[in-house]
Amino acid sequence: MNKMKSNSLIDFSLHLADNALILGQRNAEWCGHGPVLEQDIAITNISLDLIGQARSLYQYAAQLKADGSTEDSLAYLRTEREFRNCLLVEQPNGDWAQTMLRQFLFSSYQYYLYQYLQNNKEETLAAIAEKSLKEVSYHLRWSSEWIIRLGDGTEESHSRILKALEELWRYTGELFIAAPYENDLGIAISSLKHDWSKKVNTVFEEATLKAPENVFMHTGGKTGTHTEHLGFILTELQYIQRVYPGCEW
Amino acid sequence: MPVHELEKSFQQKIDNEVKIEPKDWMPDAYRKTNIRQISQHAHSEIVGMLPEGNWISRAPSLKRKAILLAKVQDEGGHGLYLYSAAETLGMSREEMINDLHSGKAKYSSIFNYPTLTWADIGAIGWLVDGAAIMNQVMLTRTSYGPYARAMVRICKEESFHQRQGFEILLVLSRGTAEQKGMCQDAINRWWWPSLMMFGPKDSESTNSDQSMKWKIKRKTNDELRQNFVDMIAEQIKVLGMKLPDDKLKWNESKKHYDFGEINWDEFWQVVKGNGPCNKQRLDARKKAWENGEWVREAAAAHAKKRAERQKEKAA
Repeated sequence: MNKMKSNSLIDFSLHLADNALILGQRNAEWCGHGPVLEQDIAITNISLDLIGQARSLYQYAAQLKADGSTEDSLAYLRTEREFRNCLLVEQPNGDWAQTMLRQFLFSSYQYYLYQYLQNNKEETLAAIAEKSLKEVSYHLRWSSEWIIRLGDGTEESHSRILKALEELWRYTGELFIAAPYENDLGIAISSLKHDWSKKVNTVFEEATLKAPENVFMHTGGKTGTHTEHLGFILTELQYIQRVYPGCEW
Repeated sequence: MPVHELEKSFQQKIDNEVKIEPKDWMPDAYRKTNIRQISQHAHSEIVGMLPEGNWISRAPSLKRKAILLAKVQDEGGHGLYLYSAAETLGMSREEMINDLHSGKAKYSSIFNYPTLTWADIGAIGWLVDGAAIMNQVMLTRTSYGPYARAMVRICKEESFHQRQGFEILLVLSRGTAEQKGMCQDAINRWWWPSLMMFGPKDSESTNSDQSMKWKIKRKTNDELRQNFVDMIAEQIKVLGMKLPDDKLKWNESKKHYDFGEINWDEFWQVVKGNGPCNKQRLDARKKAWENGEWVREAAAAHAKKRAERQKEKAA
């Protein structure tokens, strides 16, 4: 592989890892505060799956970088402008409707992406995608059920989901716009949009919801220009490593 | 059968080590004591998620973050089995939760102490889970069947948590001067509250005698506390740290460690609600429950709509 390609593969792996880490970090904020014990456990479990995926992907990126980087140096010692996660995952939890919608929009994207990546010629990446797909299938089923329950539940839950859509829909466009590293690697990210939209519309229909139209789409996360939220997330996440550099934990 | 006959055969079962099961006859006081104890235990698991949950977002490595998430999730799971075990005695989970929120039901006072540094996560695993295990191992043989069986599973996970906690401290104890300081500081703050977890002295414990007779408990508070001190006084040598007790000393004639007097004034203050975090913990639980109300209502409303649609289809 030439150097440019290999850099792109590192960037792409970091993008996937950052997505998983930041959403895992966000979901973990629910731990101990969920609306009912079973769902508290479920969202914590999804967080745990995502942190696990992030670890595999950071380890892979560290191995490609071959410069002494580790999963922890990549997660804990990069800055806001170096993170490549999409804007959707860094959005605040809001209420349960907003968290469920964020999870659903992201899991449906991740589901088709990992399905696509499990055939990638980079074997390690394909293997991580294949393994993660089992978890993501569950995340997608679980969050779909919640969208349906909330959309087709009470008047209040319906209006809360609508508010969440207004909040989050504008961050979905970015998912399907290829970043330079995706173009370099020939990752046909825009081709996933068709399946994703179909899935989202099917679930929305059952939930008596409609996907918003003509919404301005925000971009930038995948190349390191984030919303203001990410800085605060990293401040908390990286705190110990920044205060006590170079220690074993 | 007259009540005194039922009571006699109940006590005989207990004496013969036959477990009491949900549908068996049992004295009201036995039922009430078990509901109180099991629901209190369930609440402790749920409230206990809060002080440790504090550190998930700040865990110092991805591995530690994953381990801590899994641990706190396990506690939620323990809460679930325990609520289910208590429900077999005829009280609903919702009623139990309401009692927690109103202050009628208690939870372990240990969770009213704050987690101030990362080392606290290690100290909780090692000392708090360690103290809990002393009690829980005994409870795997408690006379009420569903409680005993829930405990078998819980004990396996708890001993794993205790080892993880110890390992956090072990790494700190071999680290930089700052890490060592953090480790000793956490031990200093968690040691005495951990000893308090075993409850009042036997001479002052009101529930102990009857609970021993019914084999709900099989060891007294003081016996369990002594076993715990003996275990920790040895384990701390591996860490090269000190327990904050000048009176701690091996007593060759008793074959046990002697230790200093617990600050019972502090103990009762925390029980009464005046610990450093009583208010925050209960507020956090109430807030989660209140903010979740519309979610639970939506889930119920949707389930009802769905069932009606299926009925229409079938008709």
